[in-house]
Amino acid sequence: MLSSSSIVTEAGAAIFLPPAYDIIWSAVPFALILAFFFFWVMPRFRTILDERAELIEGGIAKAEAAQAEASAQLEEYNSLLADARAEAGRIREQARADGQAILADLKQQARAEATRITATAQQQIEAERQAALVSLRSEVGTLAIQLAGTVVGETLADDAKSTAIVDRFLADLEAGEKAAK
Amino acid sequence: METALSTSALVTAALLRPFAGEDGEFKAPGIDEFVGLPALFFEGTPFEINRIIMVRLIALTIMVVLMYLALRKTRLVPGRGQGVAEMALDFVRVQIAEQILGERLGRKFLPLLASLFFAILAMNITGIVPFANIAGTSLVGMPLTMALVSYVAFIYAGIREVGGWAFIKNALFPPGVPWPLYILLAPVELINIFIMRPVSLALRLLLNMMVGHLLLVLAFSSTNFFFVSVSGPAAAFGALTLTGGIVITLFELLIAVLQAYVFTLLTAVYIQQAASEHH
Repeated sequence: MLSSSSIVTEAGAAIFLPPAYDIIWSAVPFALILAFFFFWVMPRFRTILDERAELIEGGIAKAEAAQAEASAQLEEYNSLLADARAEAGRIREQARADGQAILADLKQQARAEATRITATAQQQIEAERQAALVSLRSEVGTLAIQLAGTVVGETLADDAKSTAIVDRFLADLEAGEKAAK
Repeated sequence: METALSTSALVTAALLRPFAGEDGEFKAPGIDEFVGLPALFFEGTPFEINRIIMVRLIALTIMVVLMYLALRKTRLVPGRGQGVAEMALDFVRVQIAEQILGERLGRKFLPLLASLFFAILAMNITGIVPFANIAGTSLVGMPLTMALVSYVAFIYAGIREVGGWAFIKNALFPPGVPWPLYILLAPVELINIFIMRPVSLALRLLLNMMVGHLLLVLAFSSTNFFFVSVSGPAAAFGALTLTGGIVITLFELLIAVLQAYVFTLLTAVYIQQAASEHH
């Protein structure tokens, strides 16, 4: 190499013919640079990039999970709300129906009570009327007999006879009343 | 190639000749900026270290240390150093690896692509760093080494992903071409893929860095020449060359990043072409 370079030196070819030391001081440093990049720089660089990508992707995934959870909760809330509304409506309906039933029941009871009271009152009236009738009959009979005895001047002392007279009279009276009705 | 470079040296010399003619002292920068540098350590051994080699080693060391400090304690919410390192790594990952190679292959080849990108960037940037003032990639060894790595990588990708025979067949006999054309196409593709690709990768990087350095040296040494050695109104040219030097410095910053990007991008493209069933 030395001889060839000495031949062509004047033509400037030496520039393109590296001496041994140039080759050594090129190959060795560049080999070290290659090793440095292969085994140290690039692994570190990749680690950073991967970590960062992971962080970002993790953040995105977390945000998506939160979003999904929020929408699920919203849905649940909405369905609960709808359930509650339906429940309230149902209860309202029920209450209305119950109210109507109670009202009807009360009306029915009142009506029955009124009927019962009316019936009782009529019975009482009837009983009193009967009592009054009975007492009236005996008293009116006695009075009438006394009056008639006094008037006739004769004592209708025979009770049996007078009672029969009064009864016959009253029976006639009732018959007359019935016929009049 | 030789003629191309000597032409460029001639052009730089010719550009300077009018000024150099005024004063014999001005010497245009040339090939001796890169070749025949005095050894600093281990002279005459295969471990000889000259200025450019030292700049190269320091640049790579600083890059490794910065990367180490930035990623030493990684956190999910990055601090400043980690943020910058992540942004840069992400640029290679998204803009180069995944965009060209897709998810799976991009993941597989990302360490290689990132090594190439950051190593080239670190060594290119020294071209405009004060006291270094030369790119670590401006000696052919480094571009050549990296081009070979790229070469091995795309051949490996081809064999691994589609199989050796299918890779050769896809490369030399691209489908959808009438067969007589293969007589012409196969040798062209053979030279293109298996020779020109690594050579062009290495030379593109090397020559960009060399020419950038020559332009900077030219601008600043001529500025020095005008301000120090030239008296009279001609010295005003120094202001022009100084401005030119500053502009070129900014331009070189762009070139440093761009060449790192282009080298890495092309490597990714070659891997993608080799690994795809049809291209």
